[in-house]
Amino acid sequence: MRALDRKLLRDLWGMRGMVLAIALVLVGGIATFVMSLSTYDSLIFTQERYYREHRFAQVFAGVKRAPESLVERVRALPGIDKAEGRVVAAANVQLPGFTDPVIATLVSLPESGEPLLNRLYLRQGRLPEPGRADEAVLSDTFAEAHGLTLGDRVPVVLNGRKRALTIVGIGLSPEYIYQLPPGGLFPDYERYAVLWMGRRPLAAAYDLEGAFNDLVITLESGSSPLAVIDALDLLLAPYGSHGAYTRDDQLSHRFLTEELRGLETMAAVFPTIFLGVAAFLLNVVVTRLISTQREQIAILKAFGYSNAEVGWHFVKLVLVIVALGLALGIAVGVWMGRGMSGLYAEFYRFPFLIYRLEPWVIALAALVSTAAGLAGTLLAVGRAAGLPPAEGMRPETPPLYRATLIERLGLQRWLAQPSRMIARHIERRPLKALLTVLGIASACGIVVVSNFQRDAIGYMIDVQYRVSQREDLMLSFVEPTSQRALYSITALPGVRYAEGFRAVPVRLSAGHRSYRTQIQGLEPEGELYRLIDTELRRIELPPGGVVLTDYLAELLGVGVGDRLVAEVLEGSRPLLEIPVVGLARQYMGVGAYMERRALNRLMGEGPALSGAFLALDPEQEKAVYAALKEMPRVAGTVSKSTAIESFNRTMEETILFFTLITALLGGIIAFGVVYNSARIALSERGRELASLRVLGFSHGEIAYILLGELALLTLAALPLGFLFGRALGWFLATQFESDLYRIALVVAPDTYAFAAAVVLASALISATILWFRLKRLDLVAVLKTRE
Amino acid sequence: MGEPAQVPERVPLFQVRGVTKVYAMGQVEVHALRGVDLELYPGELIVLLGPSGSGKSTLLNILGGLDTATSGEVRYRDWDLTHASERRLTEYRRHHVGFVFQFYNLIPSLTARENVAAVTEITRHPMRPEDALTLVGLGARLDHFPAQLSGGEQQRVAIARAIAKNPAVLLCDEPTGALDSATGITVLEALERVNRELGATTALITHNADIAAMADRVVRLADGEIAEVRVNPHKKSPREISW
Repeated sequence: MRALDRKLLRDLWGMRGMVLAIALVLVGGIATFVMSLSTYDSLIFTQERYYREHRFAQVFAGVKRAPESLVERVRALPGIDKAEGRVVAAANVQLPGFTDPVIATLVSLPESGEPLLNRLYLRQGRLPEPGRADEAVLSDTFAEAHGLTLGDRVPVVLNGRKRALTIVGIGLSPEYIYQLPPGGLFPDYERYAVLWMGRRPLAAAYDLEGAFNDLVITLESGSSPLAVIDALDLLLAPYGSHGAYTRDDQLSHRFLTEELRGLETMAAVFPTIFLGVAAFLLNVVVTRLISTQREQIAILKAFGYSNAEVGWHFVKLVLVIVALGLALGIAVGVWMGRGMSGLYAEFYRFPFLIYRLEPWVIALAALVSTAAGLAGTLLAVGRAAGLPPAEGMRPETPPLYRATLIERLGLQRWLAQPSRMIARHIERRPLKALLTVLGIASACGIVVVSNFQRDAIGYMIDVQYRVSQREDLMLSFVEPTSQRALYSITALPGVRYAEGFRAVPVRLSAGHRSYRTQIQGLEPEGELYRLIDTELRRIELPPGGVVLTDYLAELLGVGVGDRLVAEVLEGSRPLLEIPVVGLARQYMGVGAYMERRALNRLMGEGPALSGAFLALDPEQEKAVYAALKEMPRVAGTVSKSTAIESFNRTMEETILFFTLITALLGGIIAFGVVYNSARIALSERGRELASLRVLGFSHGEIAYILLGELALLTLAALPLGFLFGRALGWFLATQFESDLYRIALVVAPDTYAFAAAVVLASALISATILWFRLKRLDLVAVLKTRE
Repeated sequence: MGEPAQVPERVPLFQVRGVTKVYAMGQVEVHALRGVDLELYPGELIVLLGPSGSGKSTLLNILGGLDTATSGEVRYRDWDLTHASERRLTEYRRHHVGFVFQFYNLIPSLTARENVAAVTEITRHPMRPEDALTLVGLGARLDHFPAQLSGGEQQRVAIARAIAKNPAVLLCDEPTGALDSATGITVLEALERVNRELGATTALITHNADIAAMADRVVRLADGEIAEVRVNPHKKSPREISW
């Protein structure tokens, strides 16, 4: 090994603390990068594989009732590969000992066994045997939530008749990855079940023998889904079709896609920020590290090493550090990526998980970190090597200090000599001080933005469920019902107040853009459901038109004054033309709102309701549930507290877990930065401080000079870091807009406090290490060598 | 101005003509050299004497290619050092010049042998590092790190490092400045031996007039000019010197 390489290794070992701290900064950045991207890739890949292997349908259509023979005609349509008719029905489940209402979706399985499309993945057990009317496969989430196992019996009310189904299998399906109960926004595994049973008994229960009410289809490759849908709508119209739709509008797929898209955004934004900040810090730290090697550079040059050779020597030094950070970062990233994709796969109930780390992820991480390290190195080496060696070996000319602003203001008598040294030192090298401040600030900003989502989501929940939706319970009717039904509900003991609403499923279109949603008809002066915008103002509902969430208006490319075509997806399916009369900015969901009576008029109906919001007496909640269960018109209920709970759980298990991990990595970066700033300050000023010790300064006094500066810079960095974190939050919020929600730019005081605490704790630990290092300053060495 | 050298029949290794050097130290301009003329001949040992700030280090640095003159001309053999490129100066330092500094400037993370090897690895006809260290009497301390060596030993490692490349020129800036007199003498002995056995032209800075007794010629600088050049008729060996 060449002597210089040996020097390299020993130098690295000699400053291992710093090397490790620099590497840590990189580890934070790279691990976030690898973890996020590999998690996203793995989930997408797994999802695709799952869809493919279990033949997830591409087009879906619901009808009231169509003869089985129609399936043959559907298969004959151009562009269709496979088509399968089935029976899908809603039912109530009455679990003994569980008073909350439970809704189930029942899906038929062909008597021959495996369905053609949307095949089941059986975790346990088997499919129902042909001819066994009482056997069913139960969704694994519900089974798990209630501790149900094979052989257990589940009482289900099928079309008004109670029947006990025996669980013969526990399974899942690509069709119900994201299980939303009717009317709910979030999965609720305790109160929503999917049951698969034989076609014949299910059809018999719903008077659908020899018929189907649901159609699933796959397409030939290259065929146009839109053409197929048009043909299907035409063919199915006489059978009470609700309109065919593609996977994009399939509930589970759509929500899963939205969530994965959210994850993709995080996987793009967080690592970019982290890696960017880590690269910046690496650059700063390396630049300063090499500046302290000025003398060695001069010696090497004096011996006849060329600038290129000296440069290469330090490049190797930095490359070793980068390689260390890269290796550790990738290892940590893969480890966390595996863990995290495993958690997500479990959350989404994927039957398996294929972990994938694309080579480009590693290549890009290596490229960015190497480039950042090299840029810093070359800049610093260039500066040091540009000096004639004779000058490089001389101690730097005594830097030109000036009386600081404080002194020019005449305040110096308030500052003791050491404090003046701190002030002058900072003022003399403003750029260096600025870089330190920026480094610490960006680390602080990272920690802020990591927790920002938690705040934003918390705020949005608050707005949605405390300011806007003030009901205790939302119920929906089986079909639009006369307003009189509301009176009987209000009359129930325990119901304090009820407010009806009308919701009409529609396909809104403007030009070539369309969107499946509901038009919600609300009471204009409603107490339980207040439509409000992001400024917490009540959204007015002008008569004669529809108010859209601004995000939906953007999706449809319309504004106030434009006209929309609404294709109603229930009843006689009229085509309506409605003007847009207002836009509202909302955090959660996208919607179209009208005054309830105006919607009734538009539908050409009397004062019909689709459901109601209820305020309950908390003492009698159970009684109300029980009474509602007995009302045949009531299709389902969603309790607000359960909704909040399940929303929180969803967030906890997805986004918030992710942000917890990033906050942790942000903390590591913060520590790396602060520690490095402190260590380099020591190596830059060790001699000066030792000289002061020789002159009789105490250990405490010199520590004050060094650590006081660090403290000052750290404190200065905090507000800047807050600003930076808020700016990153704003950036994140703009990246995060989706159908499901838009993020509010809200940063809680806790988050600032936490970020400050992380930075201050890092500073404190670093200061403690320096305190002990200062104790070991070699005073004699100062006397021996020059200066 | 000094008197011209007294050995005209030989071809000079260095020719220095009208060299000046001005530094900008902060806001002050320092005239370190104010027009220096000097020749150095192959194999001779000269001592540069002078008080602090007289310009001796500056002159030595310019001779060694560590610094360039502000004006004037410095020739080494047929090389023009004044206008040489960075690349040319690097090559010059790498293959022709050995330096010894007052504070040794060893690389602390390398052993004695490795400090020497750092230089022999990049030059054309080097000695073995062990041989160079044996020459300065450190054959037994090859694997010691600088921190494990005394000041005199460190300086002798520095000398071994300087001579290991078989340089044509050996430039020493206060090599004994940081040493006590007994240690200083062993260092000077090492230098004198190298000068004698390898025939390297040696220029040695000191402000200790007694050391001048070992020189072939003594050049005295004052205020950036050559005040006197004196040929030493009776060279003393370092053993006979004391201070």
